[in-house]
Amino acid sequence: MKTILYLIQKEFLQIFRDKMMLPIIFIIPIMQLLVLSYTATFEIKKIELGVVDLDKSVTSADIISRFSASPFYIMNTIKGNYQELEEKMQKGELEQIIYIPAHFEKDLLDKSMPEIQIITDAINGSAASLMSAYSMNIIGKYNKDFLLKEMMIPKDHKNINTQVAFWYNPDLDYKTFMVPGILVLLVTIIGLFLSAMNIVKEKEIGTIEQLNVTPIKKYQFIIGKLAPFWIIAMFDLLLGLALARFVFQVPMIGSVPMVLAVASIYLVLVLGMGLFISTMSNTQQQSMFISWFFVMIFILLSGLFTPIENMPHWAQMLNIVNPIAYFIEFMRLVLLKGSTFPDVAHLVYSIAIYALLMIALATWRYRKVS
Amino acid sequence: MRIFIIKEFLQIFRDTRSMIILFGIPIVQVLLFGFALKTDMKDVNIAVLDQSKDVYSQELTRKILSSEYFNLSSNLSSSKEIEDEFKKGKIREVLVYGEHFGEDLIKNGRADVQIITDASDPNSANIVYSYTQAIINDYLKEINNTAQPIAQIKPITQMRYNKELKSVFMFVPGVITVILMLVSSMMTSISITREKELGTMEILLVSPVKPWQIIIGKVIPYVLLSFVSAVIILLLSYFVFHMPFSGSLLLLLSVTLLFIVLALSLGVFISTVSKTQQVAMLMSMFALLLPTILLSGFIFPIKNMPVILQWISHLMPPKWFVIIIKNIIIKGNGFAVIWKEILILIGMTVFFIVLSIKKFKIRLE
Repeated sequence: MKTILYLIQKEFLQIFRDKMMLPIIFIIPIMQLLVLSYTATFEIKKIELGVVDLDKSVTSADIISRFSASPFYIMNTIKGNYQELEEKMQKGELEQIIYIPAHFEKDLLDKSMPEIQIITDAINGSAASLMSAYSMNIIGKYNKDFLLKEMMIPKDHKNINTQVAFWYNPDLDYKTFMVPGILVLLVTIIGLFLSAMNIVKEKEIGTIEQLNVTPIKKYQFIIGKLAPFWIIAMFDLLLGLALARFVFQVPMIGSVPMVLAVASIYLVLVLGMGLFISTMSNTQQQSMFISWFFVMIFILLSGLFTPIENMPHWAQMLNIVNPIAYFIEFMRLVLLKGSTFPDVAHLVYSIAIYALLMIALATWRYRKVS
Repeated sequence: MRIFIIKEFLQIFRDTRSMIILFGIPIVQVLLFGFALKTDMKDVNIAVLDQSKDVYSQELTRKILSSEYFNLSSNLSSSKEIEDEFKKGKIREVLVYGEHFGEDLIKNGRADVQIITDASDPNSANIVYSYTQAIINDYLKEINNTAQPIAQIKPITQMRYNKELKSVFMFVPGVITVILMLVSSMMTSISITREKELGTMEILLVSPVKPWQIIIGKVIPYVLLSFVSAVIILLLSYFVFHMPFSGSLLLLLSVTLLFIVLALSLGVFISTVSKTQQVAMLMSMFALLLPTILLSGFIFPIKNMPVILQWISHLMPPKWFVIIIKNIIIKGNGFAVIWKEILILIGMTVFFIVLSIKKFKIRLE
């Protein structure tokens, strides 16, 4: 026990002696959380819309005014002929163009289904589908109102009224969704990279030899190496949770002690993985490369940005070995929806088993004899 | 000088593991982005609480489930189960019919249906809701005898530049930028600090090699590696994902080279301020990579961010590079449209080179 404590003390001294490390470990993650949570938004607002109105009728004006009244659109009164607007879209100044053909009003009253063209810049596919959904909604609403106003509804017309309820996040605040995920990301990056570069650093500088000739036991060495990073990452997590609660007003319906308990297991998993990478590589550059490689894949597949169920089957299968995916799902379920242990048991067990496995692997790979 | 560059090359190429990863990262990322990350919702799991169980409610449910968007996860029997289902995280939407759905629809001509969505993911909730609404509208059209035409506008949507809404179109410019940042800035900063940490920098400094030669020698191998990486990504996106490449290839490659030089000068700058590899790595990670991913507009649209962050994003070199590549590759724009962005990149490059020269210390403390 004493040996472990000495080793931990040594690690802490080493970390804190470097003046650059303190801000990197404590301040930057917090700033990242603050900045990231504001940037990581898929909300689409202020769509720059151009209008080509060849009809210039009361009806077309009415439709245009509905677009400008919508909170999603800004119209810097960009009207003009189609070619001009097309060029603007080409330069990236416009994101959507609505094109109202001539005789539009007349066709509508003649019941011959006039067309409105909606042209969307679709380089960003998800933004484009939202933008087109917004404009379809506006036109759909107009269709409904028009029928009502003109009293052209046949007597036996049936109608289904939909009432929509947005549970767990009635304001549709994207930050509420992102903050728990980003927190997972930060803690993972800090934990994984610090531990992945650690043993390798001793190897590179040559101090590992000195450690190897001491009577220190393998398990003492592993614990002594991991504990400091575990403490640092836990501290970052607590700080992050506090920010999430008090700055971002993330609801945290579920049990926070359970979150902390599972987080502490999750960190063992992350640190174990880092140590494993560390034992596999010879230089810090190498271990950083490997960690970066896996972290990028884990992040992309974790469902942080795009829902996992949209991915093809093989990609979902890859998530079986993705620690970030488990923990993000766990955090979102517990914090945002108040899921209880039985709901998330499968995630907790997976994390725990994975943690054991990683530690076992790291211990097995670490050899005192080089 | 030549010999020094050769030494650097040897040092980098000898490390096969790093080399594999260096070229593996871009390939795996582009493939993942292209094949795995889909922004269109499909096969959304929903639950149905049908308290009416009549012809109309069952027909509507059948219509919804037979679309490619929805899968039935479970039939619920009471409203108490809704919350439990959501908490298990298996479903995104619950469709609730009242007790007299069909009766209301026939007798009064209007009936209510409730759509409860899991809005902890707000965008998905929005999209799922609008899909459901669209199917309900279709259904209404069907049951309302539409033999007689009614006055309706028919919206026609056209997706410009990316008809199938492929996510690669957005991700390829981003991945190139991230990779160039990773290889150029991170790797150079680490390889220079490595010499410091191992003490070999001292040896280099007392040798007749001039400091600027040391830097150039360090940097040139990475220029080459980064460039090859970028070309691999471009080839993949052309041959595997069929991106258009409508602009000038020469312009694209020269801008890429310019960005590589910029990223390298950033890397050199970082190495002048950090003493250990760990610090250099964490600095490049938090100061370069995350902002590259987040503030470059490659995943998240910049104009929806708070104003301060929009200002900060102007200072981010990747932002301008992403704009340039999108313009050249996808829209086929030429120099006339993007000269401003190119000028900004050149300015930034000069700035960081001058700064690194000022900061580079010949003596060790």
